Amino acid sequence: MSRTVNSAVRPSPGAVRPYQFPETAETTLPNGLRVVVAPMRRLPIVTVLALVDAGAAGDPAAHDGVAALTARTLAEGSGALDGAAIADRFEGLGTSFDASADWDSTVARVTVTPSRLEAAFSLFSQLLRAPSFPAADVARRREERLDDLAQLLAEPRGLADIRFTGFVYAGARYGRPIGGQAASVRRLEREALRAFHAAHYGPRTTTLFFVGDITVDAAVALAARHMGDWTSSAAAAGSAGVVHATMRPESRRTRIVTKADAPQSELRVGHVGVARSHPDYLAITVMNAILGGLFSSRINLNLRERHAFTYGASSGFDARRGAGPFVVSTAVKSEVTDRAVQEILREIDAMRAAPPTVAELSLATEYLAGVFPIRFETTAAVAGALAGATVHGLGAEWFRTYRDRVQAITVEDVHRAAQEQLDPARLLVLAVGDPATIGAPLEALGHGDCAVVSATDDPTEDA
Amino acid sequence: MPDSTLQLPIATHTLANGLRVVLSEDHATPIVAVNLWYHVGSANEREGRTGFAHLFEHMLFQGSEHVGANEHFELVQRAGGTLNGSTWLDRTNYFETVPAHQLELALWLEADRMGRLLPAMTQEKLDTQRDVVKNERRWSVDNQPYGTWWERLPALCFPPEHPFHHSLIGSMDDLSAASLEDVAEFFRTYYTPDNAVLSIVGDFEPQAALAMVERHFGGIPRGVGRPALPPMELPPRFGSWRREVVEDDVAAARTFLAFRVPPCGSDGWYALALLASVLGLGEGARLPRALVREQRVASDAGAFTFDLTKGADLLICDVTARPGVPVSTALEALVAEVERLRRDGVAPAERERALALIEASWLLQLQSAGQRADKLSQFATYYGDPRRLNDELARYRAVDVAALQAAAQRWLGEDNRVSLSYVPKPAAQEAA
Repeated sequence: MSRTVNSAVRPSPGAVRPYQFPETAETTLPNGLRVVVAPMRRLPIVTVLALVDAGAAGDPAAHDGVAALTARTLAEGSGALDGAAIADRFEGLGTSFDASADWDSTVARVTVTPSRLEAAFSLFSQLLRAPSFPAADVARRREERLDDLAQLLAEPRGLADIRFTGFVYAGARYGRPIGGQAASVRRLEREALRAFHAAHYGPRTTTLFFVGDITVDAAVALAARHMGDWTSSAAAAGSAGVVHATMRPESRRTRIVTKADAPQSELRVGHVGVARSHPDYLAITVMNAILGGLFSSRINLNLRERHAFTYGASSGFDARRGAGPFVVSTAVKSEVTDRAVQEILREIDAMRAAPPTVAELSLATEYLAGVFPIRFETTAAVAGALAGATVHGLGAEWFRTYRDRVQAITVEDVHRAAQEQLDPARLLVLAVGDPATIGAPLEALGHGDCAVVSATDDPTEDA
Repeated sequence: MPDSTLQLPIATHTLANGLRVVLSEDHATPIVAVNLWYHVGSANEREGRTGFAHLFEHMLFQGSEHVGANEHFELVQRAGGTLNGSTWLDRTNYFETVPAHQLELALWLEADRMGRLLPAMTQEKLDTQRDVVKNERRWSVDNQPYGTWWERLPALCFPPEHPFHHSLIGSMDDLSAASLEDVAEFFRTYYTPDNAVLSIVGDFEPQAALAMVERHFGGIPRGVGRPALPPMELPPRFGSWRREVVEDDVAAARTFLAFRVPPCGSDGWYALALLASVLGLGEGARLPRALVREQRVASDAGAFTFDLTKGADLLICDVTARPGVPVSTALEALVAEVERLRRDGVAPAERERALALIEASWLLQLQSAGQRADKLSQFATYYGDPRRLNDELARYRAVDVAALQAAAQRWLGEDNRVSLSYVPKPAAQEAA
């Protein structure tokens, strides 16, 4: 064996091997139910995902959290089966029923081996079509939500997230959690869930995805067998609560949410971002990767590797049908809170001031293009991606052309995205921490009006 | 068994310097996972250096002779790959998943830091990573509700002289004390090819991959032999019920109930893993059903094994009381379920439910090349044979209901319990 290898020389890559995102076939049953099938033959696994156009943005007024609670209560009863029997049945098949709502939709999911698919799907479809929402279980799920909320608010990260969006989207639905705040959750009775289900769960609002070890014909036949006779006048929940990008806070400001004696400050810096449908979405994605999306991004290298203020710092745009938030998130040692904020603001300014270097751009685009097949190793990941594409009307082409389009982004595109989508004059700085340590230094930074607020007294709570 | 039977192709080789190599081909997707386990963790730390194994893991991303600081991350991400590392009580792993044509880059990066780390180590890098880790400690332990359970529970369950007793993340003082000499010594002692397993999973050709491995790792000298750990053996049971109650900044009480059980992977362990699933895996398991659904005393309840392969493992139940419910109520309800299990045993359907969930979770995990590679490294490191992965599910299935009840009676009794309870601080006052 040769020992003449020079270890200083970086190996060059081999020949690129072709990758194709799984092919999909789409059918619409006579009752309007859409069925999308993506065969993947790697392991004996099938993921079934039902996407229902029933997101939290469509929660009726005063019923914040109803989409989420409806999803969480689907498996609490149907016909003669109670919640315990339903859990037993799924778990006996080696799976579980998982349903939740996000801003734009409700998603129910089950992943199972092919021999157990029929049994699992039969129950899955029954729960979507005819959940019974037993009053006692609705009450229990409601209490669970209240308990979760109490836990979240006792936890610095959860508290920071909730209060940040509360301030950024003051008064709008996006400013209150998907699952609702305590006051609205307490109002959610069985009847509200039944009404939401009847109004929004139906064949015309639902798309079924089958991904994994199954043929197109078998999947369509299965869907027809269990859901072909589903009739309902349900319509999409719509998006009354979505926010458009024009809605941004008036000016920069700083808020300190009190957590006495905290050894760290949880920081959130951001403002209203963009909708998923924004024409510049890919350029924004690449810009964010450079700013704070990657480990090797400017914000992380600055705050973690240069200053050692934190274990990690990142930024993100949460793109929804409406304009979700842009936010930089980190947790820093209390004593350096003001300096960390200063560095974050400086990086945002720098991103706008000049285009990135070619090396920064290529790191981001090569990463996003290269990691694409790694993101889609599992049937659940592919099903989730297909569902997301459906919500935003992207079509199957999105996946086939994604890598080429990412690699076509230029430094000018990134610069434009930064100038248009980062708005230093409107950034909210929020810190969950100890005002005794961080109050005066943050005030001295002069990032707008600086106020200390209590952790328990939430202005969005009365909504 | 149902159609979850798994037969992964698994080939093994050992280089002249002792590096064990595990290969598992899968050509479904053009990606490849590279995974290295070093058989060293916090258990190997010397007195006064708690947290060092983990701090050292951070240093491995600070460059090596031919790789700049943070360049490891950048090169892998630029290649379109994902990467990370993690530290556990008795092992440290490093891993990347990259597009198949970038396999050699990943191997070269791992080899450069296995063979030539020290030229890149500086005081400044150590100081920076020390502060990063202190922030990691604040973030994951000190400023998190219940966050200290990671160090309190092992401290209660293992005697002070035992290598699993002390904190994995380390104390602030010990982190401050770590020096560059410690880095060099730890590296020379433990980061040697004969103390490591390299697994490669995915779209590669075995001959070509082995040639790359030989090219980049073959010249790294064997170590001088790592020092043995202090004795890990323990009495089979705790011998009593030890209790600790901690006041914390939490909204609801939480209690952990731990039992000392046979080491993970030993013959007697599989019954305990199944019992943990019967008690706490899935909504239909006994604890969620009784405490969350029926009695409404808990918002969350589960059970799991800690998966320690040396000395003894732990079976741990954790129950979060509903806000306002006293911790004693939650603990009593939990104990009542444990006693019922000991008294009445497990129904065949419960055993089947637990097996079905365990089998499914294996299958789902193994969809990912990275997780497959990690499991192969784990089995090679702990059991000396990665092929055992293919028999693993049969070991669970071999446990019948009689063996489950016998294990519950033997291991879950009052003479073998540790409880650690978190209770809300009395009305924490808030600054104006």
